[in-house]
Amino acid sequence: MTQPHNTMTTHSSLYWLCSDLWVFIKRSLSHIFKNPDQILGLTVQPIMFMVLFRYVFGGAIQTGSVSYIDFLLAGILVQCIAFGSMTTSLSVAVDLQRGIIERFKTLPAAGWGVLMGHVTADLVRNVIQCVIMVLVGLLVGFRPTATPVEWLAILGVILLFTFAMSWVAAILGLLAKSIEAVQWMGFFLVFPLTFASAAFAPTETMAKYLRIFAENQPITHVIETIRSLMIGTPMGNHWWITVIWCVAITIVAIPTAAILFRKYSGR
Amino acid sequence: MQDHAIHISNLKKSYKNLEVLKGLDLTVKRGEVLALLGPNGAGKTTTVRILSTLLQPDSGDVVVNGYNVVENPDGVRASIGLTGQYAAVDEYLTAMENLEMMGRLYHLSKAESIKRGNELLVQFDLVEAANRVVKTYSGGMRRRLDLALSLIATPPIVFLDEPTTGLDPRSRMAMWSVIEQLVASDTTILLTTQYLEEADKLADRIAVLDGGRIIAQGTASELKDRVGKERLELTIKEGSSFEKAIEVIDGEAMQHDAQKRVISVATGGTVSEIKRVLDRMESASIEIETLSLHKPTLDDVFLQLTGHQAEQKNDDTTA
Repeated sequence: MTQPHNTMTTHSSLYWLCSDLWVFIKRSLSHIFKNPDQILGLTVQPIMFMVLFRYVFGGAIQTGSVSYIDFLLAGILVQCIAFGSMTTSLSVAVDLQRGIIERFKTLPAAGWGVLMGHVTADLVRNVIQCVIMVLVGLLVGFRPTATPVEWLAILGVILLFTFAMSWVAAILGLLAKSIEAVQWMGFFLVFPLTFASAAFAPTETMAKYLRIFAENQPITHVIETIRSLMIGTPMGNHWWITVIWCVAITIVAIPTAAILFRKYSGR
Repeated sequence: MQDHAIHISNLKKSYKNLEVLKGLDLTVKRGEVLALLGPNGAGKTTTVRILSTLLQPDSGDVVVNGYNVVENPDGVRASIGLTGQYAAVDEYLTAMENLEMMGRLYHLSKAESIKRGNELLVQFDLVEAANRVVKTYSGGMRRRLDLALSLIATPPIVFLDEPTTGLDPRSRMAMWSVIEQLVASDTTILLTTQYLEEADKLADRIAVLDGGRIIAQGTASELKDRVGKERLELTIKEGSSFEKAIEVIDGEAMQHDAQKRVISVATGGTVSEIKRVLDRMESASIEIETLSLHKPTLDDVFLQLTGHQAEQKNDDTTA
């Protein structure tokens, strides 16, 4: 038997697992910065959203004692994160279409790490986007009351939420039959969830059934948690419901994605 | 079995109701270059996908480099390089970054990956483009990089799944010369192709796959011998009966194309044999427009073995 002389067995399998994951993470991260379209979307889109809502719709929405921009920021942040997390579905679909995932699956490496790489890229991209949004928010009148510890908590919620959503996105990417399909799948998931929520208007003003949905769906809890941390609105149960939702979604999504990844056998 | 690089016995695979492989037997010796030749839908890609652990066989034994693909897929994966029909390279990375990434995933050290990567860039004529993102590459360059990636860990066995499908003639020639270098090394190669010329040019041995089974194997010349030393090709004049001509000739290994009004038969290439055919045509008052003698091509072999053209497109997209 000819031994493939390349395979080094001097390291433990845990070492190689970490090494494989790191290779995939590095790959996905470099995609962020080598793809000019992504950089553009990353920076321009949040600014457009912020300015649009602040100046175009903002005047027409009543948010009580809180100024609209203070109310808006948490909502628009979470919407951007949710859409941002869908990038994983696109990245996975593109990798599938190009046959790269197949190639990775024939290697003596942890091929599923390619999904982990894309999810990690979403985490980084979303944090960058959030920083830009908060800075632009400050320019157009956003006045947060958060302490440094609260900002750290906000970062934690952003990462937790992105992680959960990106694994869902990985599933969509693995299920999609085409790149076009994956784009509308993400859109149809995120669009209703973010608009039928407390993101842009207080839920009190919504019609009864819409309101019941809006007040109990996970994204509203994520928004209210961040909003409370940012500007001191009442926290209530929001934070722990957020944590439970995100952890539950992640616990279901990762094994599902892993199974789909294993089972995937070509176009 | 140990001295075989690849050993397949009675391999079966179906997709839903479609039986793609119906008991395939195939052995590839170490260092051998085997071309798996067949039309679209014959099961070539399915075979490669099973050999490279992407698909599970339904039944049968498949052993690659001494590792069973079902029981020890990781052993197989460490032994093979795969170049598919699509250039599966990372668009946003440079050639060097692609090579380094693949080297690391084959569990080479970073230094080894870079060293081997540089060798391959030279070998595959990609040095000048080494630090350009792959997005800017031509189709031929991508294929060459794709092949280079599968060789980064110097695997003892390489699968080339239709390596030149869809390339323009010049890129195909470039790809061939690259593959020929690989052939000259002691790497075992299993090449799938629907181009007879490609199999003829690159392979030591050819296995003809049709309808999920190997229907013939041997060297190119062994296969060609099956259809005679020289083939006589006749074009029947309009006005003469084509059906009657077929009847009259009734020769060995005859093939015919009614649309082009062409009949070809195997002959030993001697004048008396040709004369005999022509005499028979004349006595049946069939007029011949043109006549030519040629060495049998693998196309003739294929037609003879399967009864249909090698390039025939079946609309089976799964295999």
